[in-house]
Amino acid sequence: MKKKSTLLGAGVLAVAAGMLTTPAFAAVTEESQYIFNSLLFLIGGFLVMWMAAGFTMLEVGLVRTKNVGTMCVKNIGLYSIAGLMYFLVGYQLMYSGVSDGMGLMGTFSIWGADDAAARAGTEFNGYASTSDWFFQMVFVATAASIVSGTLAERIKLFPFFAFVIVLTGFIYPIQGSWEWGGGWLNSDDFIAFTGSEFSDFAGSTLVHSAGGWAALAGALILGPRIGKYNEKGQPMAIPGSSLPMATLGTFILWLGWFGFNGASQLAMGSAADIADISNIFANTNAAAAGGVVAAVLVSKFMYKKIDLTMALNGALAGLVSITAGPLDPTMGQAALIGAVGGIIVVFAVPFIDRLKIDDVVGAISVHLVAGIWGTMAVPLTSDGITFLAQATGVVSIGAFVLVASSIVWFALKYTIGIRMSAEDEIAGGDYAELGMEAYPEFTKGSQIL
Amino acid sequence: MKLITAIIKPSKLQDVRDALSSIDVAGMTVTEVKGFGRQKGHTEIYRGAEYEVSMLPKLKLEMAVPTALVEQAIEAVSTAAKTDNIGDGKIFVLPVEAAVRIRTGETGEGAL
Repeated sequence: MKKKSTLLGAGVLAVAAGMLTTPAFAAVTEESQYIFNSLLFLIGGFLVMWMAAGFTMLEVGLVRTKNVGTMCVKNIGLYSIAGLMYFLVGYQLMYSGVSDGMGLMGTFSIWGADDAAARAGTEFNGYASTSDWFFQMVFVATAASIVSGTLAERIKLFPFFAFVIVLTGFIYPIQGSWEWGGGWLNSDDFIAFTGSEFSDFAGSTLVHSAGGWAALAGALILGPRIGKYNEKGQPMAIPGSSLPMATLGTFILWLGWFGFNGASQLAMGSAADIADISNIFANTNAAAAGGVVAAVLVSKFMYKKIDLTMALNGALAGLVSITAGPLDPTMGQAALIGAVGGIIVVFAVPFIDRLKIDDVVGAISVHLVAGIWGTMAVPLTSDGITFLAQATGVVSIGAFVLVASSIVWFALKYTIGIRMSAEDEIAGGDYAELGMEAYPEFTKGSQIL
Repeated sequence: MKLITAIIKPSKLQDVRDALSSIDVAGMTVTEVKGFGRQKGHTEIYRGAEYEVSMLPKLKLEMAVPTALVEQAIEAVSTAAKTDNIGDGKIFVLPVEAAVRIRTGETGEGAL
């Protein structure tokens, strides 16, 4: 007993001594901030990379079996092209020296890492330069995959890849430079004219609407699938090959979006930053959830049955809607913003169909239309951003992307042609472009062993 | 020998199979088919566009039976496959000119 109480007494003394000499919480060093910020870009980056798989599965699920392999090639191809073009041209065109000129674009040069000071430990410039390149690269890949879904089942592979080269190397970087590159949408003149900067936190306009405009241009110039419209011009249903695949793709996109919006905070070096990022994650989730519930309810009300593909589109529309401003809303507001996106999409899909624009996966409704809504909704929850600023950004980027994309699509159409022949379209892309079957053992497949 | 072709609802396959084996009809070939008779299809909606689905999945059973067993076989299939709803199916009987068991070379009713 005596030994125990002595030990206890000594212990109490030691703790007391420790508490008296403990310093105040140490500030985060510059090097730590550098590490955390870079980590945010890397984690956010690979989460957004995973969205490429999400788009692939979503598109695969919504096309017919005879085009499934083609969609896979398109998506893995466009992701790869985006990565290379953004290195060769895109990043510098979007970020380097944009505000030196009129704020319309950066410079033409190949990107190279510049972390010598950080490696030497002499100066830490916020984040590893390659981590930012990587994070920005996966965004341009996302914009390109939006185009892939709309044009499915009748576009030729190589002309599509040619368009992706121009989109990821030039069109996307130029409009991106106007906002994220420090270009004219953030200039003093712009603020004087419209009352505030143009505000697009993670890319409702810069990524989603931009991809949507490029897809719209393509769909108009490409034309609808054979059999999509009957002699009376009414849209015919062409059901997709795998609803589970489409659903899995949507869930994967939902997961990746936490990186898409969360890492757009661009910093994780302080408690305030990580608190912001937490709010962004929660708001992103709430918006998707709101989009699903709204789309399901509206679908049930309009059609008496629940269209799963509308529920999936609703989730994505919700995500797109919150992407312009995922930080400032409360979770309730985020859910409502997403819900409006979900409602929009249930009406936009058949509306666009009836305009004779054949959008196989509803990408124009989800990304372009909901992207505009998301961008215009920012002033509702963010002080100091004006509707005029938002509208100006939406219209100017829209006009640029629509016109630039149209020029490229027309150029491709009248040189190498963009559309599969009727015979090829009927046989399917997998036969015509791949020489393979997606499911050789099932139903109409050729494998019987 | 006759070839009995029966179009039945897919959910009735097990019942029909059991009924036939109880009268010693030894085998059958089953194919998955689509079709319609006087049964109208139903309407489905996909992304706002309505469409008629008139081809419904059925099973086609083909079995070669000795002529003496035909009446019993028809009776067995009819009873087992009936649900009293439209779309229950039909039975056809065709003559068979010849039959061969590939493994042993038996011909005629011995091949059945």
